[in-house]
Amino acid sequence: MKRFIPFIVFVVLAVFFYVGLSLNPREVPSPFIGKPAPAFSLPVVGEPGRSFGPEQMRGKVWLLNVWAPWCVACRQEHGFLMQLARSGAVPIVGLNWKDKDREAEVLLAQVGNPYFVVADDLDGRVGIDYGVTGTPETYVIDREGIVRLKHISPITPEVWKAKFEPLLKELGV
Amino acid sequence: MSHSCLIALLCGLLALPAWAGEAQPNAEDPVIEQRLNRLAEDLRCLVCQNESLAGSRADLAEDLRREIRQQMKAGKNDQEVIDYLTSRYGDFVLYKPPFKPVTFLLWFGPALFVTIGAVVWFVTLRRRRTLPPPQIDEAKRQQAARLLAEEEDKA
Repeated sequence: MKRFIPFIVFVVLAVFFYVGLSLNPREVPSPFIGKPAPAFSLPVVGEPGRSFGPEQMRGKVWLLNVWAPWCVACRQEHGFLMQLARSGAVPIVGLNWKDKDREAEVLLAQVGNPYFVVADDLDGRVGIDYGVTGTPETYVIDREGIVRLKHISPITPEVWKAKFEPLLKELGV
Repeated sequence: MSHSCLIALLCGLLALPAWAGEAQPNAEDPVIEQRLNRLAEDLRCLVCQNESLAGSRADLAEDLRREIRQQMKAGKNDQEVIDYLTSRYGDFVLYKPPFKPVTFLLWFGPALFVTIGAVVWFVTLRRRRTLPPPQIDEAKRQQAARLLAEEEDKA
């Protein structure tokens, strides 16, 4: 028995390291899961005079995608978002985060607009309300306006299959 | 020589007010700035996670400081500001993790490991002390006596 102690200690450490080192420190767990999405009212990009708030999406399951024209990683997921928008699976609402150079409208016209509507969070305060640490981040919000999932970093087809699809199925989309 | 020294000194004195002005940026309300700085020392910058909110120059850190400043101006106390931030960003934003079941291992871990070490140490020492005397049978004893006798003979 005694000679196995170093081996047991090794196994325990190995398990701790395996779990600990494979965690992504950016994936800060959101305290919002299961809680109502914070309300806001922001101007809509490209439609002066119109404003958007999450209450307008009541009764729908939707994605809130936090992005910015200056965000390079957002370009990575742009293609997939376009594909998603074409499939019509869920409406994607864009939150244009801290677009100080006012480029969103022009950029979306150039590369294509996957968004149902784009809310303009110029000073980033709505982002803070949602606990945004960087772009891109995507939230799944259900019919009752409850946040069900927060995903940090670009959505890839793999991530979509693993994280989003099962949840959307559960939500009956 | 003393002349140029004097001029240099005067120039230095002239520049003093400018320097003093720079040393206190956005000193709109020194009390709030002080509270903000003290609070921000204990908060984590979510972008550069090993920096405090006070020390970070990241964009988000500046936004969060601005948000905290506004909330303080609106009359919120420190605990209310912390509650606001943890409701948005979770406990991760706090450098000092709160004391609750999930963090028990974090808080008690060090004491636990010291205790385990102490127990192992103590048990090892005890075992060593209560070790039975070495077993020597008669044949070995005679052999030892023979060897000792040989040594004495040589001497």
